[in-house]
Amino acid sequence: MTNAESGSPDKEPATTDQAARMTLDNTERAEPASQQPPERPALGRLFVANLWAANTFTVTLLSLVLAMIVGGILMIVSDPDVLATYSYITARPADALNASWALVSEAYANLFKGAVFDPDAVGLTAALSPISETLTYTAPLVFTGLSVALAFRGGLFNIGAQGQATMGVIAAGLAGFLLPLPAGLHLLVAVFAGAVGGAVWGFIPGILKARTGAHEVINTIMLNYVAVYFLVWLITQNGVQDPNRTNAISRPVDASAQLPRLFGDDLRAHAGIILAVLATWAVAWLLNRSTLGFELRAVGSNPAASRTAGISVTRTYVLIMVFAGALAGLGGSQMVLGTTAAALTPLVVAQIGFDGILVALLGRVKPWGVLLAALLFGALQAGGNRMQSYSGVSLELVTVLQALIVIFIAAPALVKAIFQLRAARAARPQTSLAKGW
Amino acid sequence: MSTMAVDDVAVSPVNEGFWTRARKAGLVLTVLGLLAVLLFTALAASEPARFTLSEDASGAALKINGTVGAALFGAVALAAGVAILAGLPKRWFTLVLGVGLVGFVVSFLCWQVSTAPAGQNFMPLVNIVRGTFILALPLIFGSLAGVLCERSGVVNVAIEGQLLMGAFSGALFGSLSGNLWVGLIAAAIGGTFISLLLAVFAIRYLVDQVVMGIVLNLLAVGITGFLYERLMQPDPAKYNSAPHFSNWEIPLLSEIPVLGPALFAGNIFLYLGLLLVLVIHIALFRTRWGLRTRSVGEHPTAADTLGVRVLRLRYRNVLLAGAVAGIGGASYTLALFSFTKNMIGGKGFIALAALIFGRWSPTGALLAALFFGFADQLATYLSAINSSIPSQFLAMLPYLATILAVAGLVGRVRAPAADGKPYIKG
Repeated sequence: MTNAESGSPDKEPATTDQAARMTLDNTERAEPASQQPPERPALGRLFVANLWAANTFTVTLLSLVLAMIVGGILMIVSDPDVLATYSYITARPADALNASWALVSEAYANLFKGAVFDPDAVGLTAALSPISETLTYTAPLVFTGLSVALAFRGGLFNIGAQGQATMGVIAAGLAGFLLPLPAGLHLLVAVFAGAVGGAVWGFIPGILKARTGAHEVINTIMLNYVAVYFLVWLITQNGVQDPNRTNAISRPVDASAQLPRLFGDDLRAHAGIILAVLATWAVAWLLNRSTLGFELRAVGSNPAASRTAGISVTRTYVLIMVFAGALAGLGGSQMVLGTTAAALTPLVVAQIGFDGILVALLGRVKPWGVLLAALLFGALQAGGNRMQSYSGVSLELVTVLQALIVIFIAAPALVKAIFQLRAARAARPQTSLAKGW
Repeated sequence: MSTMAVDDVAVSPVNEGFWTRARKAGLVLTVLGLLAVLLFTALAASEPARFTLSEDASGAALKINGTVGAALFGAVALAAGVAILAGLPKRWFTLVLGVGLVGFVVSFLCWQVSTAPAGQNFMPLVNIVRGTFILALPLIFGSLAGVLCERSGVVNVAIEGQLLMGAFSGALFGSLSGNLWVGLIAAAIGGTFISLLLAVFAIRYLVDQVVMGIVLNLLAVGITGFLYERLMQPDPAKYNSAPHFSNWEIPLLSEIPVLGPALFAGNIFLYLGLLLVLVIHIALFRTRWGLRTRSVGEHPTAADTLGVRVLRLRYRNVLLAGAVAGIGGASYTLALFSFTKNMIGGKGFIALAALIFGRWSPTGALLAALFFGFADQLATYLSAINSSIPSQFLAMLPYLATILAVAGLVGRVRAPAADGKPYIKG
């Protein structure tokens, strides 16, 4: 969608690094070297000047800040003790401010310690633990984020990543405990099964869109629920349900089908994150370097023109959804083959599909952007766990933060107005392309 | 839901030769009829299936032998299907299709009830009808919210969030004040709050409306879940014990068998919901506001040329929709349950399905909501009688039905032309 509305999608920086580079690029473009080199302003100064402009990096950072401010306010108003100090704020304002600051700063400090680094940690394992947790939560989000982003670039809104991930987790889980295969091969088969499960679930809305024009947004929403009910039904069936349990939980996945751990047995980070980086690279290649990627972007920006140019729109729509489904299915498969859970339960996929939509938007629907956005979301998730257990601030706050970040990102004009940002030189403040049913 | 994108793309135009949409529907019905006559009849037990007119096994009942009933009503469905297939005059189509579908459902019920364990082979119709309406209530409010938004050209995927926010603020302020009406108003305001965000970001900042809806749903889940854990869970007596509206029996009308106790002995939300369907239907198709709303949803530029303030009307309708959905959320927390985390649990998306299935009309949405409510209630009933049909598959029914409807297998659904497209003046 970014595609269609800003003529040159690839000109927008997606990352800190790119943003900085982009600023430099544009500087050079704006002031060609032939024009009196001595009067060229210092790159450093230009960089600083552009930093406070509405470019992607600044807007993203400020969105994060705004979201955390709103989150802080929520924490304060929901804490009766702190709120009580506000009843005499005119008499002793220091009380209210100190109490609020203590509450909010401690919570956010724990968020950071749980996600990045805890200065009090003793030993290598404890020091690596936050990073390991972050990577564990990041891996599946990269896949669902890529799934949504890929479909977006082709002009389709894949709200069905949740359902596709659900079918992926089912297929991967079944392959994980039903097939007696040797280690190594078993893992490959299980991961592949996850991709196929998701691809099938993506194919349905794709073919319906291509053949009947049924809108993919509606169909994917509906298929999300069909998938969940199918999962709930399946795990209580004979041969699937854990024979030692009466509640709805399947047999555990064989050890031979589990993704290997990266930092030893005490830390949860698993090889899924490596697959995620590979997938990001593959999607980036597919989008920017392959014929299919070109057709996909063409169809995404103008289906009618693409058809005139000889691209089969029908085929492209189906392929987009199959690829998107396979990616989401891979993400789902990690929920059971990784370390998050070893058996199928009704909530095994958690929210990764819906979070994937946010990740894709935050990553500006670009593969490497998605990777960074997933990293941020994974960090928030990991830190949120610590915030919940150490500060007693509910994990739901993370959902609020994530939603708010994306809301602010989606309306850069708002962020620009709040902070009185300069108009960006590098990239126009972009609004999402609004389009109908 | 043939959309702008689709009209542009126009993938392999449907060849309306012999296989018109009516004939396709007839074919589907014929297959269903055959299924009923052959499979349901074979599986049904030759036991009496009783449909009691009360809440339990007692009292008057409609009684039929399971096998006979399954065969008989299956035959009705089959006959209807064949009639449509043979080329029925168009004006009879809806009626015959309806009769056929009802026949199919009754045949199915004859099979299920007759094979229930001894002592349980009865179906209390009052319970079923009442349950259908109770389960349909949030869907009715939700889909009306959808009608208000989408008829004026703003896609509302945030119904779930509006319902949830309404349920939450109804419970919170209802408990704090101890007053039902304060709770009800707070619920409307809660829903409006989500609507306000949708309106501002969709209309002012031109954010993709579907994206905004999805994000707002997550925001509502987050905020209500967070405040639930911070306030309601530690101190439910203070924050989560809203009073509940009691049932009001309407004299005389509540004496009608089956429908009376189900329809005219409900709480305020039932009456309000049905009244709103009527009011919005009349307002939409018979008043100046309705004409303007529809024109803004179909062709905002033309409406603007004629002096309608497009954006103001859209703002107003989206906010109104939030209030309606908020009250729908309160139908949980101010009448049935206390608030729990994520208690709407996807009802907002079924409401969206009902809106589409009902083709963006208030009465259509009502019928669709009742159908979905019935499927839900049936799932509960069947699992209670240990049916061989897994309740999860019945729960899938609304979603599958919507997919079929959107794919054009059951008639054609079409959204308002400007639905989801922001209006930029000039």
